[in-house]
Amino acid sequence: MPLYILRRVLYVLPVAIGVSIICFLLVHLAPGDPLTAVMPIDATAEQQAEMRRAYGFDQPLPIQYGIWLWKVLHGDLGNSIATGRPVLAEVRRAVGNTLILASVATVIGFTFGTFFGFVAGYFRNSPLDKAASALSVFGVSVPHYWLGIVLVIIFSAQLGWLPPTGAGPDGSGNWRPDLEHLRYIILPAITMSVIPMGIIARTVRALVAEILAQEFVQALRAKGLSEWGVFKHVVTNAAPTALAVMGLQLGYLLGGSILIETVFAWPGTGFLLNAAIFQRDLPLLQGTILVLAMFFVMLNLVVDVFQTALDPRIQRS
Amino acid sequence: MAAIADALTRVPVKASRGYWTGVVARLARDPTAMVALTIILVIVAAAILAPLIAPADPYKGSMIRRLRPIGFPGYPLGSDELGRDMLTRLIYGGRLSLFIGVAPVICAFVIGSSVGIFAGYLGGRINTLLMRIIDVFFAFPSVLLAIALSGALGAGIFNSIVSLTIVFVPQIARVAESVTTQIRSRDYVEAARISGAGPVTIVRVHVLGNVLGPIFVYATGLISVSMILASGLSFLGLGVKPPDPEWGLMLNTLRTAIYTQPLVAALPGVMIFLTSISFNLFSDGLRSAMEVKQ
Repeated sequence: MPLYILRRVLYVLPVAIGVSIICFLLVHLAPGDPLTAVMPIDATAEQQAEMRRAYGFDQPLPIQYGIWLWKVLHGDLGNSIATGRPVLAEVRRAVGNTLILASVATVIGFTFGTFFGFVAGYFRNSPLDKAASALSVFGVSVPHYWLGIVLVIIFSAQLGWLPPTGAGPDGSGNWRPDLEHLRYIILPAITMSVIPMGIIARTVRALVAEILAQEFVQALRAKGLSEWGVFKHVVTNAAPTALAVMGLQLGYLLGGSILIETVFAWPGTGFLLNAAIFQRDLPLLQGTILVLAMFFVMLNLVVDVFQTALDPRIQRS
Repeated sequence: MAAIADALTRVPVKASRGYWTGVVARLARDPTAMVALTIILVIVAAAILAPLIAPADPYKGSMIRRLRPIGFPGYPLGSDELGRDMLTRLIYGGRLSLFIGVAPVICAFVIGSSVGIFAGYLGGRINTLLMRIIDVFFAFPSVLLAIALSGALGAGIFNSIVSLTIVFVPQIARVAESVTTQIRSRDYVEAARISGAGPVTIVRVHVLGNVLGPIFVYATGLISVSMILASGLSFLGLGVKPPDPEWGLMLNTLRTAIYTQPLVAALPGVMIFLTSISFNLFSDGLRSAMEVKQ
């Protein structure tokens, strides 16, 4: 096991370096260089060259990358062009809000997804199974930003039960775990939970059906074990994969929250990205994406190690 | 003897059904897939024939007739925030929405399967290197990568297609690589090689025949995701620009109307959803009809 973890950690290194290269190059994809966006329109060629030198943009790309990476490793993601504040501070504040939203959505999605998956897997081809399958197709095919708008139309505009946007009553940028703030997270969390719900239901259904068809289940039933006892065996066998899928879904939601956060004006990383894109705030864009992608890489690592710890068969294969 | 010979010749000899005949027959017996295919064809046909069937001009509106409800005389599906006919704009919207959703999958299909087959067929270090590079792209959730790329490249239809193509190439390449790797170690490929077939012949005859099926099924499923993402980019203001009709963009500009005309405001999303779920269900049907393992 320790050897496996070590190998897995070593394997993450080249991926992390690759991710950092892509994030670094993002800024250079933009037409012109990152300074074009901030430079006054009447700046002379001389002044432009001076700025370029000052920010190191006259250096060859690999050297620029080296300097950038060195700063990143020391916790310096640069300063936001729009606000002048350090990117890391901005991202840190936003990540908290996104993490809360994504976690609540994952818990909702996992709870209902596993429930429907188990029901569908146990009663194959029954109406319940059909309903669960329809739900999972719905989950992966619905444009979630539209679903968010529909929920706002129903529960905010028509019924007036829940607030349509924001994270709290004071319009503040921070979500707090109290009753008043809870009303603000319900709609975005439900909207977000639909995707993992569909995927988890589909995975669990396939898992349960596969496990039930195995000989050991037949043996358990033959020796007279109660259906409840058999069920516990099925759960133990399905858990590692189901939990791994849940972990990965949390990662997808963290990175994919931008559309939902835009609909609900949720003050998280997606909202930050949106602002960065429209103000051409490239350092902020780069920093936010780097943090989110690294989060996803680390989450993948944790999920893999965790899954292997729960299910030693994976390590052997 | 003669009687036996006679009986034998009278046994009806039928040519065995080809693979594709079987696939089509199985698909035709799958009601869900057929309904999905019909919806797709109707939406595509409406988009192509838009100038002939749309009742009004998609760009011409009237501010005094803005935000009319569904069923208002002269506006079967209401009018939008600039008083343009919604039915017309939804029909025209299919043109851009389908284009920006399907084009990236086609581009990624061509590039991704070439890369995957190349890597899988060569094997060894080149394969490992290419696949490690592809792994890096899997380190980004696809929504994040799409938005990061089009955010950096800037808004526009072309940039949105480029971004989504970059998102899908690694996914298709991975499928192509894994199937090719399985195929190249088969005995019949070995036999072909020994009998003097060159790499081009082997790829064309043996690899492509086996690889294209699974990638094709995978790609039809990707269209569903691509439609949602492409319209999502337009929704964020990163794809199609106003006043061009596109479902994601229409959904965005109609957000101000959710209190006054909620049903009209939700319509463009219905179209995205309908198209996306139809491609998804058709892809599922195709998968079982072509007997492709997941």
